[in-house]
Amino acid sequence: MSRLVPVPSNSFIPERDADKTPILETHHLGIDFGGLTAVSEFNLTMGRTEITGLIGPNGAGKTTVFNLLTNVYKPSRGTILLDGVDTAGKSAAQLCRMGIARTFQNIRLFKDMTVIENVLVGLHHEMDYTLAESILRLPRYWRGEKIARNRAYELLGIFHMEDMADKLAGSLPYGAQRRLEILRALATNPSLLLLDEPAAGMNPSETAELMENIRRIRDTFGIAILLIEHDMNLVMGICEGIAVLNYGKIIAKGTPDEIRSNPEVIEAYLGKRKGG
Amino acid sequence: MDKVKTGGAVYRRLPTGLRYLINTALFALFLITITALADNRVISYSDSKVLMLIAVNIILAVSLNVATGYLGQLPLGHAGFMAVGAYTSALFMRSASAYPGQLMFPLGLILGGLVAALFGLVIGIPALRLKGDYLAIITLGFSEIIRVVILNIDSVLGFKLTFGAASLKNIPTTTTVFNAFLWAGIVCFIIHAMMKSRHGRAILSIRDNEIASESCGISTTFYKTLGFCASAFFAGIAGGLYAGYLGILSPGSFGFMKSIEILVMVVLGGMGSMLGSIIAAVALTALPELLRAFSDYRMVVYSLVLIAMMIFRPEGLMGSYDFSLGGLLERLLNRKSAPLIKEDES
Ligand SMILES: Nc1ncnc2c1ncn2[C@@H]1O[C@H](COP(=O)(O)OP(=O)(O)O)[C@@H](O)[C@H]1O
Ligand SMILES: [Mg+2]
Repeated sequence: MSRLVPVPSNSFIPERDADKTPILETHHLGIDFGGLTAVSEFNLTMGRTEITGLIGPNGAGKTTVFNLLTNVYKPSRGTILLDGVDTAGKSAAQLCRMGIARTFQNIRLFKDMTVIENVLVGLHHEMDYTLAESILRLPRYWRGEKIARNRAYELLGIFHMEDMADKLAGSLPYGAQRRLEILRALATNPSLLLLDEPAAGMNPSETAELMENIRRIRDTFGIAILLIEHDMNLVMGICEGIAVLNYGKIIAKGTPDEIRSNPEVIEAYLGKRKGG
Repeated sequence: MDKVKTGGAVYRRLPTGLRYLINTALFALFLITITALADNRVISYSDSKVLMLIAVNIILAVSLNVATGYLGQLPLGHAGFMAVGAYTSALFMRSASAYPGQLMFPLGLILGGLVAALFGLVIGIPALRLKGDYLAIITLGFSEIIRVVILNIDSVLGFKLTFGAASLKNIPTTTTVFNAFLWAGIVCFIIHAMMKSRHGRAILSIRDNEIASESCGISTTFYKTLGFCASAFFAGIAGGLYAGYLGILSPGSFGFMKSIEILVMVVLGGMGSMLGSIIAAVALTALPELLRAFSDYRMVVYSLVLIAMMIFRPEGLMGSYDFSLGGLLERLLNRKSAPLIKEDES
């Protein structure tokens, strides 16, 4: 793990990424729902191969941050730069094509489609045959489908799910559904992957395996991963930088060790959890 | 232990090209047989008329299934698109009567489909922004408007175009058992081919989860519109075949009840199952003809069948089981030899 170095916007990124454009930069990001300020002054910079943890108690605004980053919600304030490009006004689909992919806290699979079809939807833009070419079953259709299918099997291999390929996604056990959602997101060829509580509902050994796999995904794909988790012990092992969110505000940023010993974090987060 | 190979499994393992060839050959055989039977009057004239109607209804059902079963919307105005296609291609065929009918007919059908799709585009773009009930209401309103316009356009604007309630007559009766089923086959194949492609998967993904679909980079607006227009296009083709089957059109044939009739076929067959739509279209067209004496009770029977379905088999006859000859073979053969096969053993 490389050292964290400071960058403007009061963040830290790994030393190895420091001389490249950050994959993500947010400035003064915020959103209000009616009178409620759900997120405010959210400033975060991520290196291109960094795994960052976004932690905080339930209701802190973590999922809302993801919805802002993917333009599901329109920010009330602030800017988001993805690979140096302002994402304002882009649709969620356009953002995906620009390199952001995500999973959802409450799993959103295509339940009545098979496992491999779910991944193939993620690979939609990897194929370039037209509607006419598919109806006439021209060579470009066959070629595109074959390449995409092979790629889909490769992706399924990451979590050893090849033998489930033709099962309906909705029929999978909970843990497998979470893993499939990650694969579907990876299929879109992202440079930044957002994972919303990927370990929720998993047992400790499944969780440990998942965290190891997330690190492996980062290493093989060379992408940045922003990971939401509300149990901060889970992310300590794999995250290089951690941002702690409480009541919509970042209350601490730093390495896992710094976060662990930060009195404000212990007060606002761990203290409360231990007490309750 | 080796698994016992079933006919379906063997079929599935054949090279794709060979499977396409077998399917095409089977379909050609079906077409030739049914045409020969009709031509030699083995099938009576009135029965061959029923067959044409079956083919038209198959197209209507599978096309509505694209919008309901695959795209997950609930349009209630499918008869409106059918009407647009029917009148367009009827007017075309009337004006092209100097040319050979069998040559002009495909053109007329495609023209009917295109105009219907154009209407689909105009309705779809605003309607698809709304969810569920609103789309149902807008499409229902649209089909009623179409019907009323066809009914009144001549008397209001002084045209001699649709002849309103007096009926559009002298449409060349170009529809035959052969070309009706040929078109039904073509439409089924096109829909099948579309659905088994990245475009079809995009449409299905919208039905399953629109937000996730968007997050996978799918332009949901584009694909919703595409699915809706495809549905309208094929309904237009069915309309053209219907015009050439009847030879006379009046707006009364395209009312709200017609839309419901088609919807019943799709629901009965199982949303999202093309095979189900086909079976239901055949059954619901043939049965009333076989039970002529009870034709007054058709709507009562429809309602009872629907209620029974909701209670006993809410997923429809075929569920979302999709059309595949291999799968069909597998099912039939598995059932026959069920006691001999223990697939679960490994
Ligand atoms: N669409 C919305 N409308 C109104 N309030 C919302 C909406 N989305 C989130 N919130 C509010 O924002 C706050 C943060 O929610 P969320 O981001 O889901 O928390 P977390 O993911 O950290 O548990 C909560 O108080 C929630 O009620
Ligand atoms: Mg959340």
